[in-house]
Amino acid sequence: MANLSLYCVSATLILDTDGNRILAKYYKPPHGSPANSTRTLHNLKEQRAFEKGLFDKTKKAGGDVILYDTYLVTYRHSLDLIFYFLAPPSENELMVSAGLQAFFDATQLLLRHSVEKRTMLENLDLVLLGLDETVDDGIILETDPATIAGRVSRPKADTTDIVLNEQTLLYAYNRVKEGVQQRISAAL
Amino acid sequence: MSFKKDEETGLGAYYNNKTTVLQEARVFNESPISPRKCRALLTRIVYLLYLGETLGTQEATTLFFSTTKLFQHKDAALRQMLYLAIKELSGVAEDVIMVTSSIMKDMQPNSEVIYRPNAIRALCRITDASMMQGLERFFKTAIVDRNASISSAALVSSYHLYPAAKDVIKRWVNEAQEAINAKTSGSLFGVSSGSGGGFLGYGNQQQQDKFQPPPSTSYITQYHALGLLYYIRQQDRMAITRMVQQLGGKPGSSGTLKSPLAICMLIRYASKIMEEDPNMQRQMFELLEGWLRHKSDMVNYEAARAICEMRNVAPQQLTRPVSVLQVFLSSSKPTLKFAAIRTLSSLALTHPASVATCNVDMENLITDSNRSIATYAITTLLKTGNEASVDRLMKQISGFMTEISDEFKVIVVDAIRSLCLKFPAKQASMLSFLSGVLRDEGGYDFKRAVVEAIFDMIKFIQDCKETALAHLCEFIEDCEFTKLSVRILHLLGIEGPKTPQPTKYIRYIYNRVVLENAIVRAAAVSSLAKFGALVNDLAVKKSIGVLLRRCLDDVDDEVRDRAALYLHTIDDAPLAETYVKDDTVFSLGALETQLVAYVNDPDASDEPFDVSSIPTVSREQAFQETARPSSLDTIAQPAARAAAGPAPVGPTAAQTKSAYAEQLAAVPEFAEYGTVLNSSSKPQALTESETEYVVTVVKHIFKEYVVFQFNVSNTLPDTVLEQVSALMIPNSEGLTENFIIPIPALTPATSPGTIYVSFSRDSPEEYALGSFQTSLKYVSKEVDPTTGEPEEEGYEDDYQVEEVEVGAADYIVPNYVNFSQEWERLGHGATATETFSLSALDSLKAACDSLIEVLNMEPLGGTEIPTSNSVHALTLSGLVTGGGGKVLARSRMTYSAGQGVTLELSVRAEKEAACQLVISAIGD
Repeated sequence: MANLSLYCVSATLILDTDGNRILAKYYKPPHGSPANSTRTLHNLKEQRAFEKGLFDKTKKAGGDVILYDTYLVTYRHSLDLIFYFLAPPSENELMVSAGLQAFFDATQLLLRHSVEKRTMLENLDLVLLGLDETVDDGIILETDPATIAGRVSRPKADTTDIVLNEQTLLYAYNRVKEGVQQRISAAL
Repeated sequence: MSFKKDEETGLGAYYNNKTTVLQEARVFNESPISPRKCRALLTRIVYLLYLGETLGTQEATTLFFSTTKLFQHKDAALRQMLYLAIKELSGVAEDVIMVTSSIMKDMQPNSEVIYRPNAIRALCRITDASMMQGLERFFKTAIVDRNASISSAALVSSYHLYPAAKDVIKRWVNEAQEAINAKTSGSLFGVSSGSGGGFLGYGNQQQQDKFQPPPSTSYITQYHALGLLYYIRQQDRMAITRMVQQLGGKPGSSGTLKSPLAICMLIRYASKIMEEDPNMQRQMFELLEGWLRHKSDMVNYEAARAICEMRNVAPQQLTRPVSVLQVFLSSSKPTLKFAAIRTLSSLALTHPASVATCNVDMENLITDSNRSIATYAITTLLKTGNEASVDRLMKQISGFMTEISDEFKVIVVDAIRSLCLKFPAKQASMLSFLSGVLRDEGGYDFKRAVVEAIFDMIKFIQDCKETALAHLCEFIEDCEFTKLSVRILHLLGIEGPKTPQPTKYIRYIYNRVVLENAIVRAAAVSSLAKFGALVNDLAVKKSIGVLLRRCLDDVDDEVRDRAALYLHTIDDAPLAETYVKDDTVFSLGALETQLVAYVNDPDASDEPFDVSSIPTVSREQAFQETARPSSLDTIAQPAARAAAGPAPVGPTAAQTKSAYAEQLAAVPEFAEYGTVLNSSSKPQALTESETEYVVTVVKHIFKEYVVFQFNVSNTLPDTVLEQVSALMIPNSEGLTENFIIPIPALTPATSPGTIYVSFSRDSPEEYALGSFQTSLKYVSKEVDPTTGEPEEEGYEDDYQVEEVEVGAADYIVPNYVNFSQEWERLGHGATATETFSLSALDSLKAACDSLIEVLNMEPLGGTEIPTSNSVHALTLSGLVTGGGGKVLARSRMTYSAGQGVTLELSVRAEKEAACQLVISAIGD
């Protein structure tokens, strides 16, 4: 039976080229699922075992899609990373692959075309938000990479906004006053 | 494992463990708040969870509430990450509902901030059904917001919340409908924010109040809105049909929907309608065909797959979808190729001819770098191939056989195995291929697959028997797998004696006795004994005697014992018949059930286990029962069906019975009835399969009771049947009703339900027969489609179904025996002979079929298929339940066009009652 619900992504994984987990998010509907999905991997041990097996099958680039252990898996290599989208086996391959492609391209935009482990770890906030804008607990939220990347905010430097109001001025004045008092008393 | 990476990369900042992160949460309390630091820490919290770290409830709750302090700060970048953290923590932390009001502030309509969608999506994690009423207004406005991200966020959140708050969300149909039809923000903002760099220009977002959404080209909101509409309406088939008609548009035109994902969903709804409503089939099919020409691959593929998976699809309907898939096969994208070949592969199971047009394209995929694609290509080709292409295919396969993994080799071998059976004329080339790969390196699973393939060839293809046996003999000379050696030796024992020159195998077998371990030696001894017993040549018998005598000195007990046993028996014809040649075996399923019952029943241990009540089956049947489907069939199963549906092979009779026994054991009322002696092998339908209530019956015979199990399905939507019971009026004596276990309430969702009606057998030693007028009695109530609650008032009704009969077949189980031996042995027991004239039957085949059905006995020696159309003798064997003993029947029949079938039925049984039972079954 075809999947009639919107829940079409079971998990998102990013592994490095040694099979280590860079990021793993297994989805489950927050308020109970409408249709029972095939099988869920909810404890870390099962997940790691699954990821290891999957990695062995997919470490060579160029496959893009595989049926592994009751999951339909689309994946994509980028330098020292592998991106995976997992789906139930009856899902439309092209739909899952479109989701992965969107996430991947958005990541590329966010990381300025250097999608590799180091840059990703340095800009984790962008990648995490990008993923959150692509998939929401198993539902594909957006497939346009530019929109996804555009919706991810970047942190601003703290120094740019010094708030000047009564309180802060008073605070500054008090600090100065204390300082002066201390110096005067020390000098005496 | 995450900490190791820490040292490798030196990115200490992100790989701190849980404790450090929890300690650093102090930063949230600092004043003034540093948005940059806080965002970095929030990232690390979320990331810890994504790496697989788990937080305790207490830890998570503390963390959750310290993060909520950050609501004081207005920084958009911080707020967005805060929402992600709330979303991730809400699963573990307690009392998360407390932050609702903070989040609601960000959900206000007209607040043009980047994080409004994030707020909406976070809210659905922390809220519950009781709050929904208050949130309704916000959601409704958000759904119809002109910003696509806000609208999508609201729709997806409603979708998540639907199971928790059906009643409220149901009312949002109009809003969702509007979201489908609305022009997406792409067209509204396309011009204004088209200036380049806008996507990444966080600099532009300095004034966060005027956040401009980037234009979306995906129209994905339609997908979310459609999903929600379907979710709300899924019980209402008419509404769904209307929706598909409306949105599908006229065939050819593009319709309202622009999002390919949304169209894919629509295709799935359309094919579900086709499956459920035959009247809509034509119209929906036209829609599907229209989508085959859509500009998106995703839609083309979904439509093609939907047509391929349609039930009863006609070959001419398949040409267009198959040609769509054919184009995909030569695509450069692996995903497209994979999708196409996977669909074609499962289609080839049912429509090989339609798939055959793609053969050339598939041959190119055999060497594809994606192994899954190559595997599907090979298995599909082997199904669609014709005799002429086999040689070419074999050559291609042997070319890359050495390069591939064992697992993949097994699949290839399995495919070839089924090909051998399909094209027996090609057996020579395939056998040489198989024996070739048997010599290659390989693990146990691979070797086993090859050996099993050769076994199958020996079994089904007469011409290759001798060559194949020779290959196997050669293989065991140098076989490292004990299990395989044993199986081959066993097969040699069965097949070898039938060949023209049995002696040449004896040498190979005796070599094993000299060279192998004890398990193989024992198997070799048994195998030798078979030659001694089955070959009618005194010289052979003598040499076997000599060889077995040598085995008497073996160091292993089992080998010595076997040798001694066989030495003793092979010279004595009747003994050899039972111990060496014996071709019957207990039905293992039945044996298991009976043994389990015996062990569980404390009273039973006073007496020894009665093995005579276990039906026996021939080796042929035992083989068929255990025969597993070749992995080829399973791998190519349409994945959806394999995942959800029943096993490809129906359960065997014995399995069904043990399943019934388990079901009955769960009903406390039947606890004291003892073990079930017999259950009908399959449910008998009492109604047509398309009526409003579908009823089947299964009869269970106990020592002193008969229990009727009615499986009732209510197919009417929007009605609930309460207090459903079955009223049975017997038309003969012998059975007295005890009680009925009714179904309290039955809706289509809970169907089928089970009613049990129990009767006592007045005198358990007699086999009470009879028929019962049966009708269902129930209270029918309408269900209000909006609330899902049944109405207060219902009306009583009854529903007449077909008569239920208890016949001889319910007391007899089929049993395999050697007819001529048993017939003679029972000659002194109870016998009965009677002649019947059955004028209604119009052929001997029909007579055989109805006799077998009425008596539920095992036809022996292939006598169920008459060889002549005027005279025939049918031999049957059965076992009467409850210790009734064996019963045999021989029916001689003649047929002439005018009079129908005349038959003379002779019955011999261990007990008189059994004899009468069989005779009376025909008399009626």
